[in-house]
Amino acid sequence: MNPKRKQRLFTILGLVSGLGVAVGLVMYALSQNINLFFTPTQIAKGDAPVAQMIRVGGMVADGTVDRDPQSLRVAFDVTDFDHNVHVTYEGILPDLFREGQGVVVQGRISGDQFFASEVLAKHDENYMPPEVTEALRQSGKLDQIMGAEAK
Amino acid sequence: MSRWAVWAPLAIFSILVGFFFKGLTLDPGAQPSALIGKPVPPFQLTDLHTGKVLTRQTLPARPFLLNVWASWCITCQVEHPYLTELSDRLPIVGLNYKDSETAAKNWLAKLGDPYATQIFDPSGRLGLDLGVAGAPETFLVDSSGVIQLRIQGEVNDRVYQRQIRPLLETLK
Amino acid sequence: MIPEIGHFALVLSFAVSICLATFPLYGYFTRQQGFLATAQPLTLLQGFTLAVSFGVLIYGFLTHDFTIKYVADNSNLDLPWYFRMSAVWGAHEGSLLLWVLILSLWGVAVALFSRGIPVHMSALVLAVMGIIGAGFLAFMLFTSNPFVRILPFAPPNGADLNPLLQDPGLIFHPPMLYMGYVGLSVAFAFAMASLISGELNSMWARWSRPWTTVAWAFLTLGIALGSWWAYYELGWGGWWFWDPVENASLIPWLVATALMHSLAVTEKRGLFRSWTLLLAIAAFSLSLLGTFLVRSGVLTSVHAFANDPERGVFILGFLVAVIGGSLTLYAVRASKVSESGEFGWISRESFLLFNNLILTVMAVSVLLGTLYPLLVDAMGGGKVSVGAPFFNAVFVPLTAILVSGMAFGPLSKWRQADDPRLYRPLIVTMIVSVVVGLVWPTTLGGEYSIATAFGVTIALWLAIATAVDFVNKARSFGGIRRTFARVERGMIGMWFAHLGVAIVIFGVVMVENHTEHRDLRMGVGDRQQLGSYEVRMTDLSVLRGPNYVADQATFEIYRGDRLYKTVSPQKRRYNASGMVMTEASIDSGFTRDLYIAMGEPLDGGDWAVRLSVKPFVDWIWAGAFLMGLGGFISVTDKRYRQRAVEKQPESCVEGAKA
Repeated sequence: MNPKRKQRLFTILGLVSGLGVAVGLVMYALSQNINLFFTPTQIAKGDAPVAQMIRVGGMVADGTVDRDPQSLRVAFDVTDFDHNVHVTYEGILPDLFREGQGVVVQGRISGDQFFASEVLAKHDENYMPPEVTEALRQSGKLDQIMGAEAK
Repeated sequence: MSRWAVWAPLAIFSILVGFFFKGLTLDPGAQPSALIGKPVPPFQLTDLHTGKVLTRQTLPARPFLLNVWASWCITCQVEHPYLTELSDRLPIVGLNYKDSETAAKNWLAKLGDPYATQIFDPSGRLGLDLGVAGAPETFLVDSSGVIQLRIQGEVNDRVYQRQIRPLLETLK
Repeated sequence: MIPEIGHFALVLSFAVSICLATFPLYGYFTRQQGFLATAQPLTLLQGFTLAVSFGVLIYGFLTHDFTIKYVADNSNLDLPWYFRMSAVWGAHEGSLLLWVLILSLWGVAVALFSRGIPVHMSALVLAVMGIIGAGFLAFMLFTSNPFVRILPFAPPNGADLNPLLQDPGLIFHPPMLYMGYVGLSVAFAFAMASLISGELNSMWARWSRPWTTVAWAFLTLGIALGSWWAYYELGWGGWWFWDPVENASLIPWLVATALMHSLAVTEKRGLFRSWTLLLAIAAFSLSLLGTFLVRSGVLTSVHAFANDPERGVFILGFLVAVIGGSLTLYAVRASKVSESGEFGWISRESFLLFNNLILTVMAVSVLLGTLYPLLVDAMGGGKVSVGAPFFNAVFVPLTAILVSGMAFGPLSKWRQADDPRLYRPLIVTMIVSVVVGLVWPTTLGGEYSIATAFGVTIALWLAIATAVDFVNKARSFGGIRRTFARVERGMIGMWFAHLGVAIVIFGVVMVENHTEHRDLRMGVGDRQQLGSYEVRMTDLSVLRGPNYVADQATFEIYRGDRLYKTVSPQKRRYNASGMVMTEASIDSGFTRDLYIAMGEPLDGGDWAVRLSVKPFVDWIWAGAFLMGLGGFISVTDKRYRQRAVEKQPESCVEGAKA
C-alpha cells in the first residue's frame, strides 16, 4: 500500500471508530437519561419504579389543589379517572395550571406520594400534552374530557 | 470514498423515513372515535325554531349529517356555504352548541339555513355525550341512528369526496 | 379583490417555479443554451410574484381584512400595527410563505451575483432551488393557502395572534432563522449542480463558500434571537430548553459549521471532496427535516404551529423526494470522486478534520436525543422523554474537546504543521487560562465550583489563543490597522467568531453554575434579600393594555440604602384568547441580569414571585452576535467581490469527469 492510501485508510478507520465510540457513549447517556412515562393507574398498580425520575400525566382532580398558606408548597391529585396520584410540589406552577386541566409532572415516587420537581401544564387551549392524551386514552376517558373542555 | 460507504447516508435516511412515517400514524392529536358504531346518545332537547321537543326518535330515518356548530365559531362560517350545497344531497341536522338563541337565529337568518332540523343545545349536554371537542364537528349517522363517521373541523368538498361519500354509498 | 391578487401571484409563482425546475435541466441535457438562459429571468420573476403575494398578505393584516381566514385567525382590531406585521409569519401558512419568499430571494441573489460562474452551472443551481420552491409552493397551495377567504360574511373581529408571539423578538426571529435555514439551500444547490454535471472538482466549493457563510451567520443570529426571546418571554429565565424545535435549528447549525470549515479545505486544498458534498446535502436536508418536525406534529412542542397529519404526509413525501433523491445522486456520483493531495498527521487539514468529526458527533447526538422518543414510540416502547441532562452530558465534554482543538487550528499550517515552534504561544496561553480559571471561582463567593473553573479555563484558552494568533499576524504585518487592512477578511471573521464562541461559553458557564434563584411568597410590604440587593414589593394593581388585562406588581430594588431601580412585572390575560402570559421584569447589566417575574396569586392577596440574579447571561447573546458578525465580515473579502479569475487550486486539473 502506498503511503497516501495508507493514510486514507487510517483516516477513514479513525473516523469510523471515533463515530462508533461516540454513538455508543451517546446511546449509553441516552439510556441513563430518559424519563419513562406512567399513568396514574400504572402507579396505583405498582408498575412504576420507586425513587427513579419518571413522568406522570393526567388531569388535575377537581378540589384537590391545596396550597400551604405560608410557603409555596402545593399538593394536588393527578387523575386518569380510574386512579389518583397524590403529588406534592414546591415552587411556582405554570400559567395554565388549573383544576380539571391536563398536566404532566416529573419527579420521583416515595412512599405513597409523588414528589414533583417539575410541573408542565398544557401550553394552550388546543394543545394537550401527548402523555396526558395517552393516559386518558388508556383509561378510556378521553372523549368525555375533550367534551367537557370545549368552550 | 469506497463504493459501498457512499450508500450509507441513503440507507440511514431510509430507516429514519420509516420511523417518521410510523410517527405520523401515531399522531398525538388524533382523536379516538369511541362513538363510531354506536347509536347517537339519547337526548331530549328543543327545536331552535319551533320549540318542539326533539329526541333520538325524531331524527331522520335515512342517512344524515349531524353538524355541530355555533355562531361564535369562525370555521363554521367557512364550511357553511358548502353545507348549504350539500343539503340538496342529504339531510343535515344541526346541533347548535353552547350558543344563545338570538345569536343562533340571527346567524341563520343572515347566512341561510340548510338544516333539516335544528337541535338547540345551549348547555352543551348532547355535545358532551357525543364527545365533541369543539365546533365544528360533523357526524355521519346511518338510517338506524348509528354513528358511522366523525369529522373534526371544516367539512369541504375534499372531506366529502374522500370520507363521507365512500361511506354514504355503502349505507345506501 | 386584493387578496385574489395575492392568491393569483402565488399560483403564478408556482407555475414559474415549475418552469424553473424543468427548463434549465432540459436545456442542460439537450445542450440548448436558450433553455439554460431561462434560469435567471425565471428566478427573478419567481421572486417578484412571491414578493407581490407576500405584500398582499401584509396589506391584509394592516388593513384588518378579516375576509381572509388567515388574518381573521391571527389578528385582531386591537393588535398594534407592528405585531400585525409580524403576525404575517405568526402561524403556519404565513410562515411558509415567508419561507418560500426567502428561498426565492436567495435565488435572486445567486442569479445576480453569479457572473463569475459558468452559465450551465448557475442555471443548474437555480433549477435545483426551483425544484425546492415548487415543492413548497405546491404544499402551500394544496394544503395551506394563506389567502382562503371567509365569504360572504366575514367576522367583525379576528381571533388575535397567539400572545406568546406578541413580542418584538418574534418580529425578527423567524425571518433571521429562515434566512439561515433556507440559505443552506444555496450550498445544497451548488453541491447538487456539481453532482448533476459531474464536475466534481473544487470549484463548487469556492462558489458556494460565501453563500454558506452568510447563511450560517443568519442561522447563528436567528438561533440567538430565539433563545433571547425564550429567555424573556416564556422561559422563566431559561435561555435554552433542548426543546425539539430549538434542536431542529441547532442540528443544521452544527452541520453548517462543519460545512463551513470543510469547504475551506476543499477549496484551498481540493481535499475531503465527497465529505464536503455530503455535508452540504446534510445541512440543508436537516433544515428541511427541522421544518418537517415542526410542521407535522411528529414531535409536539411548545412552538408547534400546526398539528395536522395530512400536511405531515405531504412534507414527508417531499423530504423523501428531495433528500432521498440527492443522496441517491450522491451515492451514484461520489464514488467517482478522486481525492488527491496529501497532508501530514499534524496539519491544518487534520485539525479541520477533527473539527468536522466533533461537530458531526454533536449533531448526530442532538438528532438522536430529539428523535429517540419518536423511535421508542414507533417501536411500541411507550412514551418517553429525553431531557436536558442527556444533552448536557453529551454536549459539555464534546464542546471542551472541540474548543481545545480550536486553539491549535488557526496557528497551524496547511500540509504539514508538526513544528512545535508554531504552538509555543499556547504554553503561555495554557498557564494563564488555567491559573485564572482556577482562581476565578474563589472571587464569586460561596462554594468553590470545579465546573466553573473548568469552563472558564476553556473559554479563556480559546480567547487568548485567538488573541495570540491575532498578535502574531499583527506583528508580521506591522501594526493592527495594517493587519485589518491587509489580512484576508475570512481571517478577521474567524477571529470574531472564535472569540464569540469563547464569550458564549463563559456566559453559559456563569449562568448555569451561579444563578441565584428563589421562588417566594410575597405581599405588598414584603422585603427579600437577593444577592447584594434588597427587593421590596410596594404595590399591586390591575392594568388595562390594548388587548389584555394585567395584574402588575411594583418592586423597588435597593442596593444598600439607596433605591437602585423600580420595576413592574406583569401577569397578563389576553382578552381574545383568554391566555395568560408572564411578563417578567429584567434589569440587564454587563455582569448580571436581575430577573423578577410574577408566578400566581395565592390566598390572602399574596403572589408567588420568582427572583433571580443571572450572572453574565447577556454574554451568551453578545457572543453569538459576534459569531454572526464574524460570518458577515468574512464574506466582504475582495475575492468575492471581484469576478474571480484567480488561479485554481492545483488539484482541479485532476477533477473527475463523469
